[in-house]
Amino acid sequence: MSKIIVQDKSIAVPGETLAVGMDMLPGSGTYREGESIKANRLGLAVIDGRTIKLIPLSGRYIPKTGDTIICKVIDVSFSGWRLDTNSAYSAMMSMKDATSEFIARGANLTQYYDLGDYVMCKIVNVTSQKLVDVTMKGPGLRKLRGGRVIEVDPNKVPRIIGKQGSMVIMIKDATKCNISVGQNGLVWIDGEPLNELLAIQAMRKIERESHLSGLTDKIKDFLEKNGVHRTNV
Amino acid sequence: MHKELRSHIISFLHAGIRLDGRKLTEYRKPIEVEQGVVKTAEGSARVKIGETDVMVGVKLEVGEPYPDTPDEGTIIVGAELLPLSNPEFELGPPGIQAIELARVVDRGIRESKALDFRKLCIEPGKKIWMVIIDICPINDAGNLFDASSLAALAALQDAKYPAFDGEKVDYKEKTDKRLELEKTPIAVTVIKIGDKFIVDPDVEEEKVIDARLTVSSMEDGTLCAMQKGGDFPLTIEDIDKMLDIGIEKAKELRKHL
Repeated sequence: MSKIIVQDKSIAVPGETLAVGMDMLPGSGTYREGESIKANRLGLAVIDGRTIKLIPLSGRYIPKTGDTIICKVIDVSFSGWRLDTNSAYSAMMSMKDATSEFIARGANLTQYYDLGDYVMCKIVNVTSQKLVDVTMKGPGLRKLRGGRVIEVDPNKVPRIIGKQGSMVIMIKDATKCNISVGQNGLVWIDGEPLNELLAIQAMRKIERESHLSGLTDKIKDFLEKNGVHRTNV
Repeated sequence: MHKELRSHIISFLHAGIRLDGRKLTEYRKPIEVEQGVVKTAEGSARVKIGETDVMVGVKLEVGEPYPDTPDEGTIIVGAELLPLSNPEFELGPPGIQAIELARVVDRGIRESKALDFRKLCIEPGKKIWMVIIDICPINDAGNLFDASSLAALAALQDAKYPAFDGEKVDYKEKTDKRLELEKTPIAVTVIKIGDKFIVDPDVEEEKVIDARLTVSSMEDGTLCAMQKGGDFPLTIEDIDKMLDIGIEKAKELRKHL
């Protein structure tokens, strides 16, 4: 029988032994060394049945299969586009994954996505060498036109989105902005100037106070108190 | 490349507001000036404007005067844009950006006669003090011009002569004699985007500028230097407006010195 050393939801530092024994399984952010499971990074240790995982408190984004992310085009090659994923690894989007349109042989690829454009895409594969492949075929995956992209802490993205998207929907409703949150910590936002600023302030507040309980109510108060600058449509 | 960002910024400017919520002619806060941050320099300063962070060191060396000005000392301004301050900067010899930054700071100090070069003379035709001003951006979050020139001025204010016995300079020993700053030329960079004028651009705004004008002015509002940059031309009315903004904002920055 294995022994769990840390308490559920306690803070673990890199190298700290979380559990000893082969019954427990190492989840994300942990690794097995001999009999014991150790922490890879600073975070909250969460015991979920037989697995122990670590919710990181800080750090940059690490690409993961299935994530929907916002990327910037940094290179256009013969066969596709290279994208900056806001992490240490860049992603490759091949021509066949880029659009449902027909791309003729020898076409100028910059007419689809040019350098500096932002796109919403989904990671289809991450190799062991961290080569990232993304696709833009899927619901909601598109080129982001207009608006601007801001950077938030990727570890706080789940809080910004909220349960089933509740938080981001609340901000969208209150500010009448279009918002797309990428799991890599880039957020695209477009709206009326004052409303857009309010939405950004709300997201910064979520980032700062993500560890506190009752966050949704606080943000709701904040949005109401700071007024909605509605423009007549 | 930044077409969409540009149109977004312009739509904000038309609403009288900037991407970070500032007014058009508002500096980022806080503006901090810290003097005497480097022990080994004769004078030094570190200036923060928002997230932009610049350090300037002043060294004093004894050298020979130029043949055409035998009784005048001189200043040498250098800027090194460190890769740690901005991912777009690269190591190697200074590029256009670094040279321009150094020259704008140099011109502000030189043309305002902030330092009396005659007072830097030790022995006419033979020995003079050379004031070497080195600019090191620690973090480039936009508006290096204003931050650097403010830091250069603060470093000059802080500078004290090292001990000099007529032969050798002893850098380990500082005297109480300060460099005399007679004027305080403050540089303010005014940016034109579309038909709007702003000051203190952040990184995103710097990407989409049409034109910029760095205006150096003194306490009484006298102009002492200007530098135009950016791809678009300026009309005379534009320049008049930019000068007014520049001189007005310089008063604000001078309070931090």
